[in-house]
Amino acid sequence: MSGAATGETAGVEWRLAAPLGLTYLAFFAAPLLILLVMSFSVDDNLGGFSLAAWSKFWGDPFYRGVVWDTLRLGLVTVAMTTLFAYPIALLFIASGPGLQRLLLFIVLLPLLTSVVIRTFAWIAILSREGVLNQALLALGLTTAPLNLLQTELGLVMALMQIEMPLMLLPLITVMQQVDPSLSDASRALGGSKWRTFRKVILPLSLPGWIAGATLVFASATTAFISQTVIGGARLVYLPTLIWQQAMVVYNWPFAAVASVTLLVAVLAGVSLFALLGRFARTA
Amino acid sequence: MRERTASRVVRKNRVSLQAPVAPPDIQSQPLTLDAISHSYGEALAVNEVTLEVRAGELIALLGPSGCGKSTLLRIVAGFINQTSGRVVIADRVVDTLPPNRREVGIVFQSYALFPHMTVAENIAYGLEARGESKATCRERVKEMLATVRMEGFADRKPRQLSGGQQQRVALARALAVRPRILLLDEPFAALDKNLRLDMQIEIKRLQRQFGLTAILVTHDQDEAMSIADRIAVMSKGRIEQLGSPVEIYDQPETLFVNDFIGSSNRFSGTVESAGEGAYAVRLASGALWQVASRKRFAPGDRVIATIRPEQLVLTDQATAGTIPVTLKLSLPIGGELIHDVETRSGEAFKVAAGRRPGEPVSPMAATHCALAPHARPILFPQTAA
Ligand SMILES: Nc1ncnc2c1ncn2[C@@H]1O[C@H](COP(=O)(O)OP(=O)(O)OP(=O)(O)O)[C@@H](O)[C@H]1O
Ligand SMILES: [Mg+2]
Repeated sequence: MSGAATGETAGVEWRLAAPLGLTYLAFFAAPLLILLVMSFSVDDNLGGFSLAAWSKFWGDPFYRGVVWDTLRLGLVTVAMTTLFAYPIALLFIASGPGLQRLLLFIVLLPLLTSVVIRTFAWIAILSREGVLNQALLALGLTTAPLNLLQTELGLVMALMQIEMPLMLLPLITVMQQVDPSLSDASRALGGSKWRTFRKVILPLSLPGWIAGATLVFASATTAFISQTVIGGARLVYLPTLIWQQAMVVYNWPFAAVASVTLLVAVLAGVSLFALLGRFARTA
Repeated sequence: MRERTASRVVRKNRVSLQAPVAPPDIQSQPLTLDAISHSYGEALAVNEVTLEVRAGELIALLGPSGCGKSTLLRIVAGFINQTSGRVVIADRVVDTLPPNRREVGIVFQSYALFPHMTVAENIAYGLEARGESKATCRERVKEMLATVRMEGFADRKPRQLSGGQQQRVALARALAVRPRILLLDEPFAALDKNLRLDMQIEIKRLQRQFGLTAILVTHDQDEAMSIADRIAVMSKGRIEQLGSPVEIYDQPETLFVNDFIGSSNRFSGTVESAGEGAYAVRLASGALWQVASRKRFAPGDRVIATIRPEQLVLTDQATAGTIPVTLKLSLPIGGELIHDVETRSGEAFKVAAGRRPGEPVSPMAATHCALAPHARPILFPQTAA
């Protein structure tokens, strides 16, 4: 594999990788290429060359707003899952095997039901007559029911619960590998609990957080079902836009532009997290 | 076991070469454990341990795996709260203090260096936590690096250091904040034999230099013998015996301590006559030994007499106190000869003797085994096995 490998073994490895490589080429790279070509086409027959779709997309403040909203949805969901995932992960690390099993079950529970069902459950919770509003009214915390459906807040709440396992699993895995005597050492050296978290546990858990943040970001920005069902008609994100353009309006070049944009946006977000990680490690 | 006996001699000499005196400005603090018990759920890990560590003293907690040594150390450091009992540092009960307020330094078996920080950052960690100024930190880091002879490694990450170097950094980090008490949990376990010896000397030197009251956990008896002022032998959550290394070796109070420290031969026998703390004991092999003991026995009591290999000699003369034996094997271990012998009834035991250069390994006609003139067998009641 490294420089020590002979030419012969390198050849064998290459041939072993060929089936997977070809599959990727046929079902991943080729469609992507078609998509890219399509975005520069005049119509959906891949004919002609035109920048019309691109200039229409990026020239219109509405569509630029959709891109920004999508990115922001991803970032806010990452931020909120992070905020809730760390306390849970810390509790997990600190608890005994029995409680750990229970916590892990609760964390994994969302994965055991379909996204559609989970999303509709959130409608029951978030709607004006829903569980959350009734609780808030009963507690006297609000006088009129809050509008949560078709708002970014409601969507982020739902996405946070739906994506939580993606953040928690890598985070817990990495945190479990951190030698517990490191926190003990920090404490014995005079470090408070908060300092121990900030200076020792947090930096050492970053690889797990980066993996989690990447997954949550990619998943939240492309969560078509949750975005459409909870966001409704009022909130439009790139996946919804793509669907509308491709399946309702049949403007395929325009849908292709939105798709490529979404792809680049997700990649940009993901590399941002990777960059953050590298920056944090050298600091 | 045999190797240990030989290396211990070397070790003791090397430690005693260095005897720096503590600087007068350092105030050592005593540490008292008062009837400490701890159970994890149902299981009792530490059972009524009372231990007074004098100011500036190094006590080794010695005992087999799982006897509660680490648990005791973690209680002192404040990582776990004992089920009952008190920890007193310098006349102050510290049970309600969290670990970061106890001023107890600890060095772990795994060193527990922060992997994402440089050596200098590791050493400065405790100082920063105490809110020391940048200048003070820098100065103290430099001083500590010099103390553990690691100048020039300040900017390395822990993974770029060898095991011994990591340990030095761990020590420097613990000592940088000038703790009152130093706890060491098997600090040498991960080091190879030669390095272990160097680090033992190093720790002893630093402990004296800083006037530290220290507890060292180990399950290596040689380590405890060479480095500690006193040894507390633990078994099943209790301290079986507390005493100087020599006391523990020469006058073990229980069979457990006797067997755990050094190698020892056991003979069963019966008390024939008793008088004024001295007993005549008839061994199973027929030999009659005169044994002094502070314990009380009555004629007819079944006892176990133990004797260290180096307190036995081989001879070809039969007397009342000799055991008829056959010599099975002789091994030269460094400056010693270890003879493996067997009684008529098939009990195997060991005899150790100094080896003169040029002396043949297998001695002449050795048909009997006698007590050496200075020998002090120890008696235990038969039931206490
Ligand atoms: N966190 C824990 N939960 C439950 N039982 C524990 C825990 N830690 C230790 N024990 C038990 O308590 C007893 C004492 O453990 P301890 O770690 O103090 O032993 P030790 O003397 O340090 O052993 P070793 O030499 O192997 O390190 C053991 O029987 C162990 O199984
Ligand atoms: Mg231990």
